[in-house]
Amino acid sequence: MTTQLLQEATAFLWTEGDMLDRREYSAWLDLWSEDGLYVVPVDPLETDFFNSLNYANDDADMRRLRVERLTGGESISVSPAPRTVRQISRVRIVGEEAGVVTVRSAQLLSEFRKNGVRSSAADVEYRLLRAGPGFKLQRKVVRLVNADDPQMIVGFIY
Amino acid sequence: MSMQPENTVPALRPIELRRNVADLVQPDRVHTSLYTDPALFQAEMEAIFHNTWVWVAHESEVPEAGNYKTHWVGKQPVIVVRDRKGQINVLLNRCRHRGATVCEGKKGKTNSFVCPYHGWSYAHDGSLRGVPAPDSYGDTLDKSQYPLISLRTESHAGMVFATFKQDIQPLRDHLGPARKWIDLFMKQGGGYPVKARGTHRFRFPGNWKIQLENTTDAYHFPVVHKSFLSSVDEQTKKVFNFLGNPGFVEDLGNGHSVSVMIPELVDLDADLDLPIPGRFEALAAALREEGHPEEQVRRIVRAVGGTGFNLNIFPNIACSMSFFRVLQPIAVDETEVHHIALTMEGGPEAANQARLRLHEHFQGPMGFGTPDDGEAWERVQKGVAAGTDLWILVNRGLPGEVRTPDGLKSDVSAETGMRGAYREWLRLMTA
Repeated sequence: MTTQLLQEATAFLWTEGDMLDRREYSAWLDLWSEDGLYVVPVDPLETDFFNSLNYANDDADMRRLRVERLTGGESISVSPAPRTVRQISRVRIVGEEAGVVTVRSAQLLSEFRKNGVRSSAADVEYRLLRAGPGFKLQRKVVRLVNADDPQMIVGFIY
Repeated sequence: MSMQPENTVPALRPIELRRNVADLVQPDRVHTSLYTDPALFQAEMEAIFHNTWVWVAHESEVPEAGNYKTHWVGKQPVIVVRDRKGQINVLLNRCRHRGATVCEGKKGKTNSFVCPYHGWSYAHDGSLRGVPAPDSYGDTLDKSQYPLISLRTESHAGMVFATFKQDIQPLRDHLGPARKWIDLFMKQGGGYPVKARGTHRFRFPGNWKIQLENTTDAYHFPVVHKSFLSSVDEQTKKVFNFLGNPGFVEDLGNGHSVSVMIPELVDLDADLDLPIPGRFEALAAALREEGHPEEQVRRIVRAVGGTGFNLNIFPNIACSMSFFRVLQPIAVDETEVHHIALTMEGGPEAANQARLRLHEHFQGPMGFGTPDDGEAWERVQKGVAAGTDLWILVNRGLPGEVRTPDGLKSDVSAETGMRGAYREWLRLMTA
């Protein structure tokens, strides 16, 4: 694994995280490949996201609908919208196969809406599809450290 | 809060506003303190949760000998475990020696429950099997006297309930007319047994009864769930237009009630020749492709979206369209909710995946529905800090209410179910 690939992948992860914190959702949607999958599983050890229950299992349609929900002004749980700041670190290139780079990272996210700051920690796995000079996001799996414990309601995208 | 010992009769204790408990529930309203008074909350845990049947599991959660799940009855932690005879036992999760929990997993499989502190071990039926180094006890430790405490346990259609009250009426009688609605609910197996398949757990800062009320509250749906309705196709939106449907709410007695939002989806085995809704056409095609006969395709597809009603069983469980909603009171102003997703055991993978995706679409902390419910409930708890001697109105639908063989019935957005629940609340709190 080259340092350059680590830098390129990390730059992509940071860009993606920055877009989500700034709620630049339409730019975020454009980061994805059409067959991309965004998943937040209930069981942090889950590998079969289709035959198990997740908090989110979003294909392209559901990602678009989720963004509409978060920005459409019809949802009382995102009015006002939460503010988030996330740190993405401990980035590791896990491997590359057939033009898909698998990356793992740590994500610490702080959120404020109206009742104080809440924090979450997650191990996030990305599959980045090489596309021209950059990447398209093909899979993002957010494994919350407390995924199988009670959650509070979520008005943002991890 | 007072420092009275816990075994005094809490229902008779005057609460903050010096009103008697009996005065807090009127036929058309309930007092704000039902959401806010910590003393009342303590009293409820005893007078309600220790004196009625409390749901603890669906049998599919503990399918084989040694399968267990941990849960609560009121605030008391319990283990629900199936033994080698196939019987489901509900045991207090507390070692009889010095009190440690003997099981910490949410679910799993085990041969025995071994206390981590001194190694006392218990069988699936709760009996004390052995204690390490027993010599020090001489002949003073009669093991038969120290099993894990076992609760009276009964079930209906796979729904397992437990109770601390040994002389309570049988579950069958307690459920009464709710039984036939449970049976209707289970038809969403589409010919297969209903299986619990994963749980969304979340908490909201509000009293448990705010959520209890919500289960038979069709009135809130078009207001709170606008963003969900905007995310579905026009045909589905029409189906979810509850207030425009000829549904009803019926009080079934003993605090139970049913809200029929989509009357045409009450009996999922009926009307199999109706056109397949657009949103399920791809699923129907996939099932045909797999070689299922047309009648089975139609039965599965009709069942896949769940029933057209919410059945509220007092105090802690609802059969809610396509999932189980479990209520767990944490504090007067904090409640944990479990949304248990259901699938068809042994059914087609495509149908079960569709069920899981539908659950994720609405339910849970990242669903398109639940977070807005959570916000509304939180707002209630915040709001009732104002006007502490005001009342919560539950009078909607009173003028149109009629008596039925099963109880009382009114229009789809009536608060008839809530009134029934509060009548049972009052009966238990003043018993």
